[in-house]
Amino acid sequence: MDERELRQEQSGDSETPGESPDWKSGLVKPLMGLAASIVLTLASFWAAGTPLVWGPGVPVLLAALAIGQMGVHLVFFLHVSSGPEGTNTILALAFGVFVVALVVFGSLVIMANLDAGMASCGMHGPPCG
Amino acid sequence: MNASAPTVVAEIEIPISERGPSPRKVIIGYGFWLFLLSDIIVFSALFAAYAVLSGRTAGGPGGVQLFHRHAVLVETGCLLLSSFACAMMSLAIELRRRGWMVAGALATFALGAAFLVLELSEFGAMIARGAGPDRSAFLSAFFALVGMHGLHVSIGLAWLVSMVAQVFTLGWRPMVIGRLACFGLFWHALDIVWIGVFTIVYLGAR
Repeated sequence: MDERELRQEQSGDSETPGESPDWKSGLVKPLMGLAASIVLTLASFWAAGTPLVWGPGVPVLLAALAIGQMGVHLVFFLHVSSGPEGTNTILALAFGVFVVALVVFGSLVIMANLDAGMASCGMHGPPCG
Repeated sequence: MNASAPTVVAEIEIPISERGPSPRKVIIGYGFWLFLLSDIIVFSALFAAYAVLSGRTAGGPGGVQLFHRHAVLVETGCLLLSSFACAMMSLAIELRRRGWMVAGALATFALGAAFLVLELSEFGAMIARGAGPDRSAFLSAFFALVGMHGLHVSIGLAWLVSMVAQVFTLGWRPMVIGRLACFGLFWHALDIVWIGVFTIVYLGAR
């Protein structure tokens, strides 16, 4: 009887309501996430159109705001945490970020290089091909 | 109560490698998380294409002439609130409250559909003024990237309808709960992609 109860307890984890058994404690995270992302979104749209920020600095500011907002989404909505159950999630996320950076920056560098090569061949440079 | 207290103590003492299989919820979430990351890598290829081609307008209209920031702000607001409604829906599912779950699903669906309608009317207006995907490399990359996100949102909406139907026909089975959790992850991940889209495509247009 004891053993059966224990097994039920172990296998029934997905059927019992989880960490947030009441509205109040469950509402805190989404509300914080919503507030933070509204502030960051409005800040992005403001930064894109304001004359107050030095022009070449705007893309850097936008990138920082976007990365911050992605972080807010990951923590408050996707519940990515550094807890023991989250280790694999974090590792996979780190690998995903690495591949994304490789694809995006690699493409930009390679294509810029090819573009420079195209412009310099022919009329004003070495013959093409 | 007595039975659960020793289990908690045991979990702290036993190293994670010896605790046996993780709960079903954790495993489902991890598997779907891997799918989401690979989906985001697909998007990264489209982002790379857009970044490379964004200046290639072939004499056609550029981003500054085509994009309306206020419309994009409204679209972003729709998606953000939809994400929040989806979080409320997840909370209602945790508490097994079907009425609240349906209310959350309705709000999520309505806001997601509003986003899609706004995006499609934007696409329609662009194509009507001759700035379709066939006009320039910039516009091809734009329609591929933003269209791909829109396609994901439409798939998400269809999935949401099917999940509500499953809650009504199958009830709170572990299988259905797992699928609902996956839908929540999918919907929030789409928001993360949209953050990249509005920052790079719409706000980055010069």
